[in-house]
Amino acid sequence: MKSVKTLQDLFKRYRRPGDLYFGVTFLVFSIVLLFSLPGQNTWASNTKLFAQPAFWPYAAVISMVFFGVLHVISALCSPALDGRWREMLFWLKSVEYAGWFMAYVLTVPQLGYLPSTILFAVLLTYRLGYRSAKILLSAAVFGCVVVLIFKTFLQVKVPGGAVYELLPTAMRSFMLTYF
Amino acid sequence: METVFAGAELLMRWDVLVALFIGSIGGVIIGAIPGVGAAVAIAILLPATFSLDPIVGLTMLLGIYGSSMYGGALPAILINTPGTAVNALTTYDGYPMTQKGQAQRALALAYSASFWGGVFGILCLILLSPLLALIAPHFGSREIFLAALLGVVLVVLAHRGQVFAAGMLAAFGLLLNTVGLDVKYNQRMTFEQTWLTGGFDLIVVVLGLFALSQAFLLLTEEDTAPKPLPVQGSIFGAMKEIWLYKRIATAAGSFGVLMGMIPGVGEFTAQFLSYTYARKSSKKPELFGKGSPEGLVSSEAANNAVPAAAMIPLLALGIPGEALTAMMLSVFYVHNVIPGPQLFQTQLDFVYALYIAMLLLNVIVIVFLIFSTNLLTKVIQIPTRFLGMVILILGFVGVYSLRNSVVDCAIASGFGVLGLILKRLNLPVVPIVLGMVLGGIMEVKLRSAMIRVKTPLDFVERPIAAILAVMIVLVILAHFRTLRKEHKLRLAEADIDHDLHDTQQR
Repeated sequence: MKSVKTLQDLFKRYRRPGDLYFGVTFLVFSIVLLFSLPGQNTWASNTKLFAQPAFWPYAAVISMVFFGVLHVISALCSPALDGRWREMLFWLKSVEYAGWFMAYVLTVPQLGYLPSTILFAVLLTYRLGYRSAKILLSAAVFGCVVVLIFKTFLQVKVPGGAVYELLPTAMRSFMLTYF
Repeated sequence: METVFAGAELLMRWDVLVALFIGSIGGVIIGAIPGVGAAVAIAILLPATFSLDPIVGLTMLLGIYGSSMYGGALPAILINTPGTAVNALTTYDGYPMTQKGQAQRALALAYSASFWGGVFGILCLILLSPLLALIAPHFGSREIFLAALLGVVLVVLAHRGQVFAAGMLAAFGLLLNTVGLDVKYNQRMTFEQTWLTGGFDLIVVVLGLFALSQAFLLLTEEDTAPKPLPVQGSIFGAMKEIWLYKRIATAAGSFGVLMGMIPGVGEFTAQFLSYTYARKSSKKPELFGKGSPEGLVSSEAANNAVPAAAMIPLLALGIPGEALTAMMLSVFYVHNVIPGPQLFQTQLDFVYALYIAMLLLNVIVIVFLIFSTNLLTKVIQIPTRFLGMVILILGFVGVYSLRNSVVDCAIASGFGVLGLILKRLNLPVVPIVLGMVLGGIMEVKLRSAMIRVKTPLDFVERPIAAILAVMIVLVILAHFRTLRKEHKLRLAEADIDHDLHDTQQR
């Protein structure tokens, strides 16, 4: 607390390592969008400016570029912070889990919601470094409970798995409806 | 009075009461777990509530919204880690009290201050509602446009120290809203990609930015499992002390109500104002930040008064002031209940029902907390990476059950990674969501408002429109004035503890 001189300081959000890279990437993205604006929007004839379909995309992208430039300038003016590359590595590491998520998404229509959720929960828990039987079992139970709550009771729209087609008729419709 | 009873009658259904109970208790538990805030829970549950009646779904979401801050005070006080972002200020005085062996006192004060603030906020609103019903119909297209614009300006300027970043992210939100076909089927920013033709669904973006990003963050970071010590003594007995701080609690509640009503401002500003007031009016200002009960009370009473007040712009004008009410707006739309001036005229009983539900949730929560604080200290010991796995699996239900679309899931993953980067940089996610929602409102309202406008001055000829326009100008001018003032008092950046401000990471 001793470093805080004014109460405003408590509510400020200061820069973190990687801020400059994010700012530059965002600005480049905004500038690319800026150049693509004419080709991606239409200007209707006999229509007022504020009712034009292109008005809001132009307003949004121009604001993105404006604030993006200011953000990058402020980042360049501020002292460099250590750990930029380490931070970017962290961002890249997170992509692995986006991959896990997409693998889960693609597995559900094939294996079915219940089997894929239990499998995903246990495999991911193992990947995260947990080895005890208790925690792996907890993951499996959690997966099962989620399916029971959302699919069995709340009947949210998650399709049955392709493998359910291989089951005997009575069992198949039961599994398709509830799991 | 008759309308209040009609509102109470709407709640007298077993499914509403169950939803209220699940929402309230669930909200406390979710709020108490560091790493999962109300936003994550609401984002995940949103699609599931679409199949429920509006009153049932909204009661559950309101339960989570209103009660999560109660739970968030627990780890803030016991382990110096706020359970939700808005409990960050609670750590400044709550944790030092725990270190002095006053954990039970701090928790009792936090719970009772939260209750005081929460109930005060709701009572203010119940009293204000007839007035709102009178004013709301005077809001036409141009007034709603200006109020939404004020919301965007405020959400950008409220992120002190990162206004440029908030501005570019709000603009990005505006852009996301425009992608796809417009009302006259013109392609906008679709780059001839069929998956962009339908535009970005708000729920998919919200789930990515709030839920999946939090999951990715917890999964990628190192594993931690907090180990708080059990709390000794009776919480209920210690709660009477709040009576000594009734002035601070009421003032903080008032700041909460005032700030909650203004779109784009919310809990942080309310806490800032009430904390400043409490410190300035205290007989022991030197104790603030070192375990001052007044500081703790001002922080907790202010943040709990906000949820009820935040419902005002949402219900009366259809304008959400922050991310959670923006998510709730989609529940209204799904059920064809359009919040706005009409709602206060035609369905005032529905509005009262929501207020009474909020009143009840405060009672349920306080009773639950009196008896289960030590149980909650066990719940918050879940290892963080395991928690990441839990959020990922729940996030899947949210995204996939919308349209069974793999593309939606891929988009949500993309926003999840973007959200993670923003959280790591401590940049705000909320401007993107508000930009998206308010952008849609502004586009529609500006188009219809301009039909009758011949000169720019026509736009502000009506008194409310003129007041809103002046407010926008004043807010911007006041920001520059504050910047100048702060510049004179500034600290060298190297002197700042960068890890102190992690409010965007929860």
